[in-house]
Amino acid sequence: MPGFGQTLGFTLFYLALVVLIPLSTLIFMSFKLSLSAYIDIITNTRVLAAFRVSFGAALVAAAIASFFGFIIAWVLVRYPFSGKKLVDAFIDLPFALPTAVAGIVMATIFQPSGFLGKLLIDGLGVQVAYRPLGIVVALIFISIPFVVRTVEPVLKEFDSAMEEAASSLGATRLQVFNKIILPNIFPSVLTGFALAFARGVGEYGSVIFIAGNQPYVSEIVPLLIITKLEQYEYEAATAIALTMLLVSFLLLLVINLLNRWMRQRSGQL
Amino acid sequence: MNAIVQPVKQFKKEQIQHATDDPRWVRYTLISVSLSFILLFLFLPLGLVISKAFASGWQAYWDALSEPDAQAAIRLTVLAAFITVPLNTVFGLASAWAITRFEFPGKSLLTTLIDLPFSVSPVISGVIFVLLFGAQGWFGEWLIAHDIKVIFAVPGIVLATLFVTFPFVARELIPLMQEMGSEEEEAALSLGASGWTTFIKVSLPNIKWALLYGVLLCNARAMGEFGAVSVVSGHIRGLTNTLPLHVETSYNEYNSVAAFAGASILAGLAIVTLVLKSFLEWKQGRRL
Repeated sequence: MPGFGQTLGFTLFYLALVVLIPLSTLIFMSFKLSLSAYIDIITNTRVLAAFRVSFGAALVAAAIASFFGFIIAWVLVRYPFSGKKLVDAFIDLPFALPTAVAGIVMATIFQPSGFLGKLLIDGLGVQVAYRPLGIVVALIFISIPFVVRTVEPVLKEFDSAMEEAASSLGATRLQVFNKIILPNIFPSVLTGFALAFARGVGEYGSVIFIAGNQPYVSEIVPLLIITKLEQYEYEAATAIALTMLLVSFLLLLVINLLNRWMRQRSGQL
Repeated sequence: MNAIVQPVKQFKKEQIQHATDDPRWVRYTLISVSLSFILLFLFLPLGLVISKAFASGWQAYWDALSEPDAQAAIRLTVLAAFITVPLNTVFGLASAWAITRFEFPGKSLLTTLIDLPFSVSPVISGVIFVLLFGAQGWFGEWLIAHDIKVIFAVPGIVLATLFVTFPFVARELIPLMQEMGSEEEEAALSLGASGWTTFIKVSLPNIKWALLYGVLLCNARAMGEFGAVSVVSGHIRGLTNTLPLHVETSYNEYNSVAAFAGASILAGLAIVTLVLKSFLEWKQGRRL
């Protein structure tokens, strides 16, 4: 097979130029900081609050999206209904829609005078926009396709002979679901959850319009990094960004492990 | 007579309860939950974009899109995509060829590294370029001395876009080419075709739909990227505002028609991407 040297050479060169060198700047820049300075920046109450908001909202949103995403995947795989093709195609909308568009739309719908915002305030007294709850809502939108697209193929591959066997042996449908389906599908739901969580932690565009961006309350980490950068506090921006990056790498590792587990469970490995 | 000749009760297909079927009330509940969720979270946003964009009529919509700042934003967005998409496509082809056609140590590490930009927050993707090329950055002094502007200028926007759209084409091609194997290419080579001819005549026709899909996704992200570009752009109207940034600026200035008119173009792009995706899946007969 020809072309090994050229293609691999170009791949490595381009990868280094576009991704590795820029990313490593973050690590080199943080060497300028002493460990105590780094810890000082990271343990600042405003920074800690931002981490709490980002992680908390991403966690809740990923959990809610996992629940609904699982139901949607189930419905798409198991039940026939009209308009299924359209629904299936639209699941990927949050992947395809630019985040700024998602952001202004969510803010407009859920602001106190908005279509749903008004309903929720009048009916339940709950304000969504400009509160941490708004961040959760925006992140649910972003998270849904991650769960659906991870669970769907596993559910499709799932051998229903096991279900038939269980039910012919007298198991109720609920028992079949709890003892046969759930244990087999769960790894994929967890993978989808982790993917959604990883995306949610770093998400910026779809969140900032609805968040209200109040320090200590509804300020997310990515916004805080930008704020520090705009105030020429490069060291603080670097330290916070590096922490975020390390968390992302950790999550990537977890996701890869989950992926292995998922494929082992469904017999692909 | 009728009472005697009772026709054997015909079971309709739906009346047979399979072991894997859920009770009807479960099915209906789950379908309604799913559909309401999708209606609320996916269709309502699209409807809102259209209704807000045309809230003051066609003329206002048209004016919002044809004013100079909007036009400049559209041009810059197209320019950034025009530079980044071909570069990342060439990279995608080269890396997929190297990874799927040869064995070498560190291959799985390379595959992981290619996916890296996906797991980096968009804001961080912008910050790293500010740290490199910003006034206080690595090359800051040198760039100022030579009067080259990268940050708060077009090159920075292109670089940040290049970074965030980096994996799209490669990640569509690598699994497909892995699955296909290299028998056909080896046959062509053994019959005397050159490496380049083999690639054009044998490989390319086999991967064209996946390639097209990768290019499509890469383009959608390149045109829609917000976080990374927002860090490096400086939001200078008419100069460094891309369309998503123009949407943001307009929205923050309470210019709803301008914001949603810009958003309608981006949403249209998303719809076109989804439709083409469905078409390519149908064409290929498999999930992309």
